[in-house]
Amino acid sequence: MTDETKDIDTHSGVETTGHSWDGIKELNNPLPRWWLYVWYISIAWAIVYMILMPAIPALPGLGTNTKGLRGHSDRVEVAKAVSELKTARDAQSIVLLDAGLEKIETDRTLQQFALAMGESAFGDNCATCHGAGGRGAIGYPALADDVWLWDGSLDGIEYTIRHGIRHDTDDGTRFSAMPAFGRDGLLKRSEVDDLAQYVLNLSGRSDEPEAVLRAAPIFQQQCASCHGADGTGDRTQGAPNLTDAEWLYGGREADIEATIYNARNSHMPAWDDRLDDATIKAIAVYVHSLGGGE
Amino acid sequence: MMISRTNSSNASGGSIASVSALVAIFGVLALIIAGRTIDHAMGIQAMTFIALATAFLVGTGMWAGNLLDRNPFDESRYEDTLVKFGVFASMFWGIAGLLVGVIIALQLTFPNVFYFPELGWTNFGRLRPLHTSAVIFAFGGNVLLATSFYVVQRTCRTRIAGGMWPWFVFWGYQIFIVLAATGYLMGVTQSKEYAEPEWYVDLWLTIVWVAYLLVFLGTLWKRKEPHIYVANWFYLSFIVTIAMLHIVNNLSIPVSLTGTKSVQVFSGVQDAMTQWWYGHNAVGFFLTTGFLAIMYYFIPKRVNRPVYSYRLSIVHFWSLIFIYIWAGPHHLHYTALPQWAQTLGMTFSIMLWMPSWGGMINGVMTLSGAWDKLRTDPVVRMMVVSLAFYGMATFEGPLMSVRAVNSLSHYTEWGIGHVHSGALGWVGYISFGALYCLVPWLYKKKALFSKSLVEWHFWISTIGILFYMISMWFAGIMEGLMWRAYNEYGFLEYSFVETVEAKHISYMIRALGGGLYFSGALIMAYNLVRTALGHGAAEPVEAKPDPYATPEPRATLVLAE
Repeated sequence: MTDETKDIDTHSGVETTGHSWDGIKELNNPLPRWWLYVWYISIAWAIVYMILMPAIPALPGLGTNTKGLRGHSDRVEVAKAVSELKTARDAQSIVLLDAGLEKIETDRTLQQFALAMGESAFGDNCATCHGAGGRGAIGYPALADDVWLWDGSLDGIEYTIRHGIRHDTDDGTRFSAMPAFGRDGLLKRSEVDDLAQYVLNLSGRSDEPEAVLRAAPIFQQQCASCHGADGTGDRTQGAPNLTDAEWLYGGREADIEATIYNARNSHMPAWDDRLDDATIKAIAVYVHSLGGGE
Repeated sequence: MMISRTNSSNASGGSIASVSALVAIFGVLALIIAGRTIDHAMGIQAMTFIALATAFLVGTGMWAGNLLDRNPFDESRYEDTLVKFGVFASMFWGIAGLLVGVIIALQLTFPNVFYFPELGWTNFGRLRPLHTSAVIFAFGGNVLLATSFYVVQRTCRTRIAGGMWPWFVFWGYQIFIVLAATGYLMGVTQSKEYAEPEWYVDLWLTIVWVAYLLVFLGTLWKRKEPHIYVANWFYLSFIVTIAMLHIVNNLSIPVSLTGTKSVQVFSGVQDAMTQWWYGHNAVGFFLTTGFLAIMYYFIPKRVNRPVYSYRLSIVHFWSLIFIYIWAGPHHLHYTALPQWAQTLGMTFSIMLWMPSWGGMINGVMTLSGAWDKLRTDPVVRMMVVSLAFYGMATFEGPLMSVRAVNSLSHYTEWGIGHVHSGALGWVGYISFGALYCLVPWLYKKKALFSKSLVEWHFWISTIGILFYMISMWFAGIMEGLMWRAYNEYGFLEYSFVETVEAKHISYMIRALGGGLYFSGALIMAYNLVRTALGHGAAEPVEAKPDPYATPEPRATLVLAE
């Protein structure tokens, strides 16, 4: 194929470039007009945007980037938005700081604000363990029911949030420790199994009466000091009620055996240093409102 | 070696010796590292390398020993065995990568079921880079290696250059994949997205990639066509730019020469910018220009029509590669990156829209005069639909780069959906199309084993892609809106965990879509294996000599230029 003889594609009637690679040829079609014009428009738009907004860096004599005709700055915008939000919130969170928890709960306006603030803060800080809406999970107490390990009053909830549970670096933290009766050799394996039957029997679920009888003196000796002689628990020590149907780590025989053998002693961090006072109060009010507040 | 007995194979014997020497040197280095390291993972990586390098050397030695007087690098024949290896490596890694994708989709959907704390390597954090690297670099990379070796030989009418070196590129690249993948599972990572492999794997890949560049350039250099075909421009831009991106983004200092860990040279926002300059252009030059090269050969060849516009191919090639390289900052909108750089990234993304579409127009319009093939040939349909997905993804990309849109879409599932419409629709389909073309051509068969299986593959996968994209659009826009919802008191309406919970149904549909796409790939693999074996409609064609085996006078044009 030389220049003298043009190679015309028979289907389209368009001239080819005259080359062929492994049988592939190329037509000499022009650029599609619409394609070209849309491209020009997008380039024009880009140039206008660069004139209006911060764009070209370090032009000679400028030392910094062009600031754009609109004088827009992300940093300024963000600072403005944050300060506006803060102003809007402060009006009410200052009242929250001064008001007692009871007052917050009874004052309709304050309560609504505290619940909104508390729900938001709970979602980002507490829901990871306690679940959205405080519904709880295995090992993480449900906060939406009326079963409380420690204290379900408004002040008690606030105290728990501030100081946590078994939190090493907080002197005021709520603390108690159940021994690992099996692992630490305090009881024999058979005694642990008997005790599990005894605990099951407290909620009327044991079918091994001999085991329950055998374990009765052990329970009184080892468990009653915290969980009470009748097994209804003791909130001052965070000792759960063993007679009801609520089980933090599961209520099946195997779960109870595992609890007696290894103990549990879970942790909750102290939030005193991590959240501001208004937020802690708001969370306390929110948790108290979930359904089981006392 | 035995092959050096004849004059004509002296040069080839040289390349076998030099490749073997290079691999042996690295094997010895790996042996030293394995002996001295106190890093358990490094020990396993070194031993893996030694095993693979030994297998390569033993295999090469046995093969070379059986050659007798035959020249393995006969200049009058194309190197197609290598392409066959590449085709099956693509299929293997593609299925592996898609399977891991389905697994991690299920992990996100049912985190309690697909969570195995006693098997740390099954954690999402380890499997996610395994999935992305397997589909992009192992599957996509092997498709690019195989097709580029095939295309550059045909369009230059010459055998691939370098004797044994193209084989080094292929096997060296597989070693890179194995080291990277097993490293991820052991937790070895430099934590840069799509550039997770650590310093020593980066170094090995650099050597492999430079060899690839030289092999490709060498083939162009000795071409018997007066001009370089457009597909080869795209392949070359892919090879050159990936080399540049890989080296700059992986600049790091090893903590110890016998340990896996290294420290990045850049820090802070410079590191972030370098990473997204790399990440964005990996999409641009690996997943776009590389696969456009495939499009520019396989579509005109398959439909037997000329490329629509030579002028368009020139203008969109140069504008694409010039503009793409600047658009990276759009991945860092509303971050510590200075605003002027964000402006740059956004405006260049907008200007990139039409150059991207140039490839789609040129590909689709090439069907002028052959539109009926869309109906009759499912392979053509697959490649044309891939261009439709390409057009959609390259419109969506500039749209998402606009800062106002990005403030909603960024960090959401919308990004995942966008990436997968490009990956499954564009990269996947153009690759599948090329594989469906290549296997009958390479094995000299009249047709594929079964055309109706291609139809099944096409429809199952297309439904899968639509499930994937639509569920992720839905999930992304929903969570973007939930994240920014404030209540009347100025507090966030939803906690993060609530936005995760809200995506559960979308996640199920996404996993289903991924599962369908994976099933389609299995159907393809079955069809291709049966085709290679000559079953069904894959009847043999009479062997014809390679067209360039009988030199034409045109060869003299090379000298005239």
